[in-house]
Amino acid sequence: MAEGAAQDAFLRIEGVSKSFGSFQAVRDVSLTVGKGEIFSLLGGSGCGKTTLLRMLAGFEEPSAGRIFLDGRDMAGVPPWERPVHMMFQSYAIFPHMTVEENVGYGLKHDKGMSKADRANRVAEMLELVQLTPFAQRKPHQISGGQRQRVALARALARQPKLLLLDEPLAALDKKLREQTQFELMSIQARTGVTFIVVTHDQEEAMTLSDRIAVMDKGEVRQVGSPTEVYEFPNSRFVAGFIGSINTFEATVIARESPHLRLSVPALGTEVLARDVAAVAVGQAVTLAIRPEKLRISRERPEAANALAGTVRDLAYFGKDSLYRLDLAGGGMVQAHAVNARRGDEGARVADWDDAVFVGFDPASALVLVT
Amino acid sequence: MTRATLQRWLDDKGWPAFLIGLPYLWLVVFFLLPFLVVVVMSVATKTTTAPPFSLGGEHPWISLDTYARILTDGLYLRAFLTSLVNAAIATFFCLLIGYPVALGLTRVSHSWRNILLMLVILPFWTSFLLRVYAWMGLMGKTSWFNVMLTDAWNFLVPIDWAVRSIPMMHSNFAVILVMVYTYLPFMILPLYASLERLDPTLDEAAMDLGSRPARVFLDVTLPQSIPGIIAGGMLVFIPAAGELVIPTLVGDAGSPMIGRLISDEFSQAKDWPMAAAIAVALLVLMVGPTMIYSRYQAKAEGST
Amino acid sequence: MKRRPTFLISVMIFGFAFFYIPILSMIVYSFNASRLATVWGGFSTKWYVALFTNDKVIDALILSLKIALVSATISTILGTMSGIVLARYTKFRGRTLFSGLVTAPLIMPEVITGISLLIFFILLGNWIGWPASRGFTTITLAHITFSAVFVTTIVHARMLQADRAIEEAAMDLGSRPWQVMFDITLPVISPAILSGWLLAFTISLDDVVITAFTTGPGSTTLPLLIWSKVKLGVTPDINALATLMVVTVGLGVVAAGIIMNRAEKRRQAEERLAFQRND
Ligand SMILES: Nc1ncnc2c1ncn2[C@@H]1O[C@H](COP(=O)(O)OP(=O)(O)OP(=O)(O)O)[C@@H](O)[C@H]1O
Ligand SMILES: [Mg+2]
Repeated sequence: MAEGAAQDAFLRIEGVSKSFGSFQAVRDVSLTVGKGEIFSLLGGSGCGKTTLLRMLAGFEEPSAGRIFLDGRDMAGVPPWERPVHMMFQSYAIFPHMTVEENVGYGLKHDKGMSKADRANRVAEMLELVQLTPFAQRKPHQISGGQRQRVALARALARQPKLLLLDEPLAALDKKLREQTQFELMSIQARTGVTFIVVTHDQEEAMTLSDRIAVMDKGEVRQVGSPTEVYEFPNSRFVAGFIGSINTFEATVIARESPHLRLSVPALGTEVLARDVAAVAVGQAVTLAIRPEKLRISRERPEAANALAGTVRDLAYFGKDSLYRLDLAGGGMVQAHAVNARRGDEGARVADWDDAVFVGFDPASALVLVT
Repeated sequence: MTRATLQRWLDDKGWPAFLIGLPYLWLVVFFLLPFLVVVVMSVATKTTTAPPFSLGGEHPWISLDTYARILTDGLYLRAFLTSLVNAAIATFFCLLIGYPVALGLTRVSHSWRNILLMLVILPFWTSFLLRVYAWMGLMGKTSWFNVMLTDAWNFLVPIDWAVRSIPMMHSNFAVILVMVYTYLPFMILPLYASLERLDPTLDEAAMDLGSRPARVFLDVTLPQSIPGIIAGGMLVFIPAAGELVIPTLVGDAGSPMIGRLISDEFSQAKDWPMAAAIAVALLVLMVGPTMIYSRYQAKAEGST
Repeated sequence: MKRRPTFLISVMIFGFAFFYIPILSMIVYSFNASRLATVWGGFSTKWYVALFTNDKVIDALILSLKIALVSATISTILGTMSGIVLARYTKFRGRTLFSGLVTAPLIMPEVITGISLLIFFILLGNWIGWPASRGFTTITLAHITFSAVFVTTIVHARMLQADRAIEEAAMDLGSRPWQVMFDITLPVISPAILSGWLLAFTISLDDVVITAFTTGPGSTTLPLLIWSKVKLGVTPDINALATLMVVTVGLGVVAAGIIMNRAEKRRQAEERLAFQRND
């Protein structure tokens, strides 16, 4: 969990809040980010991601709390003196400068740098983002994807300690976005700069990041590696925000180490789930299971938990299918199944109105308190 | 350290203070101050000294004599009335001509539109004085225009009503005609701006729902262009009411407009307090229209 | 199906005839041989010759150009500053008064602006001895004041469209606020600044009322010269002068329009090309 982040807390955000008038855009956020990490801020529209980023860049002063970068308190340090560069949501390319001039713009503030060094650095950056042939073009003469790379090269040219990327891929189409994700990761690996990436696309966050902070209404709800936030969400909000999930009202009836026994009225049966320390017997909780953790079969499975149901609806996606089952207890559950069988046998596990069973391990059944 | 502090101060305070301060100071000295002087002047007393006024001393500090005269002397009231009526009529005719022209501009093809817009803006860049002058040439008793109109008139009416020439110059008619001519672009441009933004599919939707073109205009186009109408109207009305050049050149000396009255009181009667008081009164009258204008101008240029 | 808007087209034709017949008539009569300005007496260019040999006209033209050049430049600097301030500094003490001061001269009747400046200059001259007399300096100061307000309006409108993030990006890359302004803001809004300057220049070159109040003996600008002659009636040499002015400005505006149109088309073509080649 969060290995190494704590001991070399390169960036430390301590209890930062930001209010605009009476509206609190960011509430009491505390985070630490390690050197060389790709850290994502993930959350819905208007949850305060950009605002948090702008406080890191120095465009907004926190209403409360402090920010330390590499041990230095950033309070009162203006944007132009911070070793932090930002890639803007709109890219903010200077329209009156060529690609080359854009990339070299920040370097002219480094007084010690000779002209030749500066030119070399610009060439190096253009090489890095594969824009060398476009050096003399004006921004309106290049495509959207190329503009994105100009913005990246420009922000990296001065070797910032921290690079802030506000929705770096949002303006690109789906195909270009996937390709660019990997480019971004390889560039980060080569430069070793710490990246903070804002995104509202959970898949993008999962692919890119070492760690993710999930935000909601200005608050950070969970911080962890992609696996942690996906497999072990700490709340209904996080569980529902990342991926899809089945949730049911449940009551803890016994602790059978290492499991909890739950009564789940909607499922019509008792269920074994992974134990979590913070619950007591008798407490009302939420049971959450991801659709792909459910195994559909025609015969009653061996698994610790098995539910009987009928296929109400199914969607065929090719490599897999999504089933919607009516359960004996009156509830409904979604299950994902890979279509592993050969086509001539009929690739699907079950068909409409078939009576089937779903089984799952206690380890993949999550108990959520909040 | 001190260098850094100074640098920080310059970035945070010094630079904005310079950007704000310089134009601010300029406007305070060369606009606000002179204006306040006029306000003070309006309560001073006329004297025969140089400069021809006095405040305090043997005269009262605040004399409302000038304002009392404005309210009681028919000359001033008539001048105000003439100004407002002339400006209102001119505004009305600007709208009458300007609206169809602006609407037409939005309906012609793109290449034509650019050319025609240019033709609307072109007079705006040429000398105002010369545009007034051009009409003086047309309205004169012996001009081809007047001769043509006179012939037409004589042809149409009974012989008893025949005239030698049509007396156009030096009348309120001339003032209004020239005002319409010179201020028309001010009406067309905001109207065009607000009409151009209208979504043509709305028209089509209305027609689709069975409205005839005239109804579509009344139900869809006209209501949406009201901010443009008001903005353009005020843009014509306000300067027209205070106009000096047009009434001086083509107006009737017997029924002067406010602008001319202010100028005459000042330069000929040497009654500075009176000129100042009329100016203040005119401004007070213009406060309402100005506020209406600034409200609707934002709307006309805004998203709706 | 498109219906021909016959009514609209006829009003438009009438409107444009109304716009241009007086000017065309003036141009035609400037070539009139007759002394009587409105009675045709044959073709002649003698009024143009008379114009170019008239020292008064030439002197007035030179004075007008000088004033317009100086006042347009200074008012563009001031107007650009206040336009940027209005768009970028939303909170400072006295902002309400500031925004009032930059709009009031727009709607203030010219007579009032003129008289208030004249009284102000006279009293100032009496109290501190400056300005000792009225002329080039006082006219220029007056012109700067009211043209700056027009420049402000143009620059403000342009600044509201400009992407704030571009300026922040420059700041983020290490530029101090004043560097951002010179490196980014001013180049980006330069077309607006140029049109502001042109507008200020024409306004100054054209102004009669305020100039008439702030001028002094010996300082006659071209509009003042025309004003004094026109008050006495229509004369053929003014027709010639007017024609020259109208034609010069007209050609300038048309040329500027064509150049801007071409540049815009080229830019769009380049953009299209770029996307075809790279995506
Ligand atoms: N300058 C400001 N003044 C007032 N409210 C603001 C300001 N900036 C942001 N907000 C508000 O703060 C909230 C958070 O805004 P922010 O831009 O940080 O959202 P976001 O998470 O980046 O959203 P998106 O994904 O849509 O970009 C929003 O409700 C927004 O309206
Ligand atoms: Mg955002």
